[in-house]
Amino acid sequence: MCGIVGIYLKSKKFENSLGGMLSDMLINMGSRGPDSAGFAVYKEDEDENFKYSLCLNGTDYEKFKKEITNKITISNIEKNSDHVIMKSKDQPSDVIKILNKNFNEISIVGYGKSIEIFKQVGEPKDVVKKFNLKSFSGTHGIGHTRMATESAITTDGSHPYSTGEDECLVHNGSLSNHNNLRRKLKKAGINFNSENDTEVAAGYISSNLSNKKSLNNTLKDGLKDLDGFYTFITGTRKGFAVLRDEIACKPAVIAETEDYVAIASEFQAMAHLPNVNDAKIFEPEPGVVYSWEN
Amino acid sequence: MELDLKKINLREVNDKLQNLDRKQNQRDFTITNPEGNHAICAGLTEEMNVTIKGHVGYYCAGMNQKAQITIDGNAGTGVAENMMSGKVHVKGNASQSAGATAHGGLLIIDGDASSRCGISMKGVDIVVKGSVGHMSGFMSQSGNLIVCGDAGEALGDSLYETNIYIKGNVKSLGADCVEKKMDKKHVKKLNKFLKEANIKNLKAENFKRYGSARKLYNFKVDNIGNY
Repeated sequence: MCGIVGIYLKSKKFENSLGGMLSDMLINMGSRGPDSAGFAVYKEDEDENFKYSLCLNGTDYEKFKKEITNKITISNIEKNSDHVIMKSKDQPSDVIKILNKNFNEISIVGYGKSIEIFKQVGEPKDVVKKFNLKSFSGTHGIGHTRMATESAITTDGSHPYSTGEDECLVHNGSLSNHNNLRRKLKKAGINFNSENDTEVAAGYISSNLSNKKSLNNTLKDGLKDLDGFYTFITGTRKGFAVLRDEIACKPAVIAETEDYVAIASEFQAMAHLPNVNDAKIFEPEPGVVYSWEN
Repeated sequence: MELDLKKINLREVNDKLQNLDRKQNQRDFTITNPEGNHAICAGLTEEMNVTIKGHVGYYCAGMNQKAQITIDGNAGTGVAENMMSGKVHVKGNASQSAGATAHGGLLIIDGDASSRCGISMKGVDIVVKGSVGHMSGFMSQSGNLIVCGDAGEALGDSLYETNIYIKGNVKSLGADCVEKKMDKKHVKKLNKFLKEANIKNLKAENFKRYGSARKLYNFKVDNIGNY
């Protein structure tokens, strides 16, 4: 099972309600994935900082804040439940090195100039409440509700997965060649934190994008290289893209209006969205990449 | 009688329609605010008219017997799956596996149906005014699948005795599915379905008929190369 959702705003009209729209979509998709939930919201940082989404995993926040402030130049740091959004203008390669070296127990959930990621085990309705997703604003966002199959119910096993700057991926389905692909990508220098299949697909996408391939071509190549069942939504700083495998067992519905594009595993997750009954509603065709970017 | 799914629980609505109060002689119903809920109007067994105003989720009108159900919107996976009799009319598009395993009745889809339309159908008649996705008519056993648009890959794969009529292009035929001659009796039968589905702009003679080459379903070792 698993539920996936995404919303991309074509106009500024709903920017302040993005969190609320995404929150209701995730709560509805709780029926497809009660084990864990997560979401990525994109909102450009006004001061061009890099934003780091960190999961504390039990680390004392005040202690961490004090120690990290001595090591890097922090513009802002804010705690949201067991996650922290830390802003800094320092180079990501340095910051990630410092975090990995000194704060082993803290996981870097994602980073970039726009993305903020939150994910945790528990029922989607509790997860969105815990991080107060309703209060978020932004330009686009994607989310996932997980019914765990091939790896454990942990924060690291939850979606979205981010393995590159401002990139993330949610997935409904399962991949069968992830172990082989993980080995290849590890050799190419990509790091993985879990045994999860989706993390490998995220690594595959990031690796291709960093080789200057376009998102469209990366996903098209994915049809050959990723073996299994999937509907993917992949988020980037500019927008998101959707791809279903050619068998297309895993569902997806898209609703497009003048103001937004919404995607979900089932229509019911979008039934509350404004003017959805007047939207152009269609199923993404198998093996075809759909993308929306600003 | 209006049944508003925002006010009445889905189970109550289905329960009411599955167990009609015969003293009231009420046979016309409108369901409002379906909001993509699953299994709306599943398991109806009596003659009645139900109109659903909006988009429905999975398995709408599943197992239908005798009822005439109109969906004024799109339908999710498995609309009219396992229908026995009656009529289901989708005014929008239908998702995958429309009319799956259905034994009888008539399913009309005004828009497109996605993959696996009529999978394992066992006697239902399906008329799709738009196109159908890949693997449509997979392992279908009897009944008629009529498509006014195009058909995706592997049409009629491993089918038994279903008649498939396609007006547009077929991307590819599945194993053991072949084009067959349109005789007068087929034109006559197809005309009946086109009339029932209120299709006036298409001529039965312009459709192509597909069916089973009958090499696969009676296993003969000589045919092993065809599997």
